[in-house]
Amino acid sequence: MLEIRWHSRAGQGAVTGAKALCEVMAQEGKFVQAFSVYGAEKRGAPMNAFNRIDDDPIIDHSKAMIPDYVLVIDPSLVYTDITYDTKEGTKYVITTHLSKEELLKEVPALQGKDVHVVDCIRISQETIGRAIPNTPMLGAFVKVSGAFDIDEFSQAMKEILYKFPQKIIDGNLQAIRRAYDEVN
Amino acid sequence: MAKQHRVVWDGNMAASQAMRQAQIDVVAAYPITPSTPIVQNYSQFVADGEVEGEFVMVESEHSAMSACVGAAAGGGRVATATSSQGYALMVEVIYQASGMRLPIVMNVVNRALAAPLNIHGDHSDMYLGRDAGWINLVANNPQEAYDLCLCAFKIAEDMRVRLPVAVNQDGFLVSHTAEVGEHLEDADAYGFVGDYTAHNPMLDPAKPVTYGAQTEGEWHYEHKMRQNYALVNAVPVVEEVLKAYSQLSGRDYAPVECYQTEDADELIICMGSVVGTTTMTVDRLRKAGRKVGMVAIRLWRPFPKEALAAAIKNAKSIAVLDRSCPMGTTGALYNETAAVMVENDKSANLINYIYGLGGRDTTTEHLEGIFDDAAECTKAGKRVKPIIQTINLRGKSLSFYE
Repeated sequence: MLEIRWHSRAGQGAVTGAKALCEVMAQEGKFVQAFSVYGAEKRGAPMNAFNRIDDDPIIDHSKAMIPDYVLVIDPSLVYTDITYDTKEGTKYVITTHLSKEELLKEVPALQGKDVHVVDCIRISQETIGRAIPNTPMLGAFVKVSGAFDIDEFSQAMKEILYKFPQKIIDGNLQAIRRAYDEVN
Repeated sequence: MAKQHRVVWDGNMAASQAMRQAQIDVVAAYPITPSTPIVQNYSQFVADGEVEGEFVMVESEHSAMSACVGAAAGGGRVATATSSQGYALMVEVIYQASGMRLPIVMNVVNRALAAPLNIHGDHSDMYLGRDAGWINLVANNPQEAYDLCLCAFKIAEDMRVRLPVAVNQDGFLVSHTAEVGEHLEDADAYGFVGDYTAHNPMLDPAKPVTYGAQTEGEWHYEHKMRQNYALVNAVPVVEEVLKAYSQLSGRDYAPVECYQTEDADELIICMGSVVGTTTMTVDRLRKAGRKVGMVAIRLWRPFPKEALAAAIKNAKSIAVLDRSCPMGTTGALYNETAAVMVENDKSANLINYIYGLGGRDTTTEHLEGIFDDAAECTKAGKRVKPIIQTINLRGKSLSFYE
């Protein structure tokens, strides 16, 4: 079972991102689950979304998990606790304008962890035209996890986004590719 | 078996797609978290021309159910969706719907009732409507929310039943949880539900009828008892419909679902999304050699007494989970279980857990703890725990009835 925890602010698209990842994984024949933990629906409030991915049907409906990946799509959330309920091998993919060294200095709790950084906010602004950091995060996840071939992933995303105008589809695919290339 | 399509749907999308396929004449609904997406998705289907029926915008849930009652009495297939406070506001009219024998289908996305205000899942609303005369089905995941919604139309509209049906699903844990599922093609789904047969419709001027007449002392009692006769005797119809659906879809459902019960010493009886987590817990403990099992209640009303009696006959200790605060007594599912035990001269150590209120998480570890409590009772040969206990309650632990 692969488990992912997203740290986001309400309105940044973590739920949509988690669901899109599910769609792609389901096309690959996996069983998937995407859910989120909301407070009252306040835009901008910190929230979590979750993925479970497995070869067998997923029947667990508890919210508890020790994730393999922690995906942070808002740069300010590194100042909240993002390392709770994790394990030795948990990988962090974090949206930030800081370099990895600067980030580790800024957030000592991340020192000694498997941390990857990418600026999903800037990438989405430059490709989609708005600060929607969820799709670039998927590109970064594809790179860090090695779970997919990036071309196959982009093709699957294209099919999922088919209802949107061509400009939006192109922007999202570009964002995914750039985050894939830029994450380190 | 019919051809099916693999999708990733949450419980709300699953319910709205089943509604779309059933070709409903009138949907009247007012949005409320967490069932809002059902109303939103369905109104999108209407706007996109994917359904031909009417979507009636109303100003409250009381009006929503009132419009449903009017439309159903008028002779149409009718459905809606709600949650929590919306359900509470509907209650007056919910009783009218069942009293008038109107086969309305309602998706209830279960949520806590205020105060304190809480948008998350528990069964307070389902329990609020317990005696309202509706058939209540419980879906434990998005797939079941789709399947049972289709079955609900067929059960409600059966001429032996003609009663409204609520399909319950846990708020967020099912309604907002996307999972892989399968759905039927439109023609197969509609073929299963079938064309609507109006019975004594009000919009037939050649045959005037009255709905909701005043009866007072002479006839009220007779009316209610006949209504109850139809409800109690709906159990075999529910079984028949679920069986027919299984032949079409390959997915088996029963009013009472048994998992590893045959040789189990300890049982958990529960309903809703916790069923999946409990199944996992049973698997885990079975691997460690423990004789544990689970009974999941799929049909909450009419209560499947016979099936429950058969399911628990070999158990030594039984833990019953209620996801609603019983406020002054034991939980409603505990009470049903206790009654079934007395009726069948069955003795076992019986304990009750009030869990998951306002969306509080329930994990395999918590459920293992419950099986441990039950095993302690089995070992001692008597109940060694208070009757009501809590799980994952913060602060000072609370139990009731030593």
